[in-house]
Amino acid sequence: MITLAQLLSLSALLFAISVAGIFLNRKNVILLLMCIELLLLAANFNFIAFSRYLNDLNGQIFVFFVLTVAAAEAAIGLAILVVVFRERRSIEVEDLNTMKG
Amino acid sequence: MLVSILFYVFATVLVAAALGLILARNPVHSALCLVLCFFTSAAIWVLIEAEFLALVLILVYIGAVMVLFLFVVMMLDINVESLRSGFTRYSWAGWVTAIVLAAELIGVFVGRRLGVDGLRGAVPLPASYSNTRELGMLLYTRYVYPFELASVLLLVAIIAAIALTMRKRPGHKVQNIDRQVATLARDRLRLVKMDSEKRP
Repeated sequence: MITLAQLLSLSALLFAISVAGIFLNRKNVILLLMCIELLLLAANFNFIAFSRYLNDLNGQIFVFFVLTVAAAEAAIGLAILVVVFRERRSIEVEDLNTMKG
Repeated sequence: MLVSILFYVFATVLVAAALGLILARNPVHSALCLVLCFFTSAAIWVLIEAEFLALVLILVYIGAVMVLFLFVVMMLDINVESLRSGFTRYSWAGWVTAIVLAAELIGVFVGRRLGVDGLRGAVPLPASYSNTRELGMLLYTRYVYPFELASVLLLVAIIAAIALTMRKRPGHKVQNIDRQVATLARDRLRLVKMDSEKRP
C-alpha cells in the first residue's frame, strides 16, 4: 500500500533534484528547459497524490491543464532556442545579453 | 505488498533517472533520462489509479514533447565542453539548496500537519470505477470553458512556434502569386496562322 507521505516525499525529492539541476546546468538553455519540465512533473505528482487521497478528481483536471501549458511552453521555448542558435551559433546563457537596457 | 515493492522500484529508478538528467555530460543522454523519468512516473500514476493521466503522460510527453526535445538537441551543433566549463563552481550552492528544500518539504508531511493523515493508504476504488470516464464527465461539464481555452492556447503555441522559426533564405525560389494572377492570356499565348503543307 502506498501512503500519501511516500508519494509526497518522492515528489519533494524530484523537485529538489531539479532545482539543483537548474543551479548545475545554468549555462545550457536546453538543460534548463528540461529541469523545468521535471519541476512541473514533481508538481503534478503532488496534485495527483492529493486528488487520489482526498477522493477529489478536480486535482487531476488541473494536472491535465498543467500538461497542456507545459507542452505549449516547451514548443515555444524550443522555437526561441532554435532562432537564437541560428543567430549566434551558441546557446550559452551568458551570450544572451543583447536585450539589456 | 506487491504494490509497495513496485512503488519502491519505480521510485528508485525515477530518482536515479532525475540525477542522471542533471549530471549527464551529453544533452542527448539528459533527454533520454528525462524520458525514463516520465515513463516511471506514468507507472507510479498507474499504481495510484490515475490511469488516464498516466497514458496522457506517455503519449503527449514522451511521444511529442520529448521527441521535440531530442530533435532540437540533435539538430543543434552544441559545443558541450564550453557549456560544461564552470560546472562545479556553484554546484555546492545547488546541492545545499536542494538538500534544504527536500528536508523542509519532507518535514512538513512527516509530522501530520497536513490536515489529512499522511500515513494511511487511499480508499480502494470499486472494480467498476473508470478514471477516464469520471475525468471526461468533469472535463466536458464543469470545465468545458477552460478546456476550450486550453485548445486555443495550443493553437497559439503552434502559430507562435511556426512564426518564430520561419525565415526567408537568400536565393530561395518561390512563385510570385500576384504576377501569376494578374497575367493575361495574350502575354502568354500567341496564335499563329499558317498554311497547311501541300500534298506531295
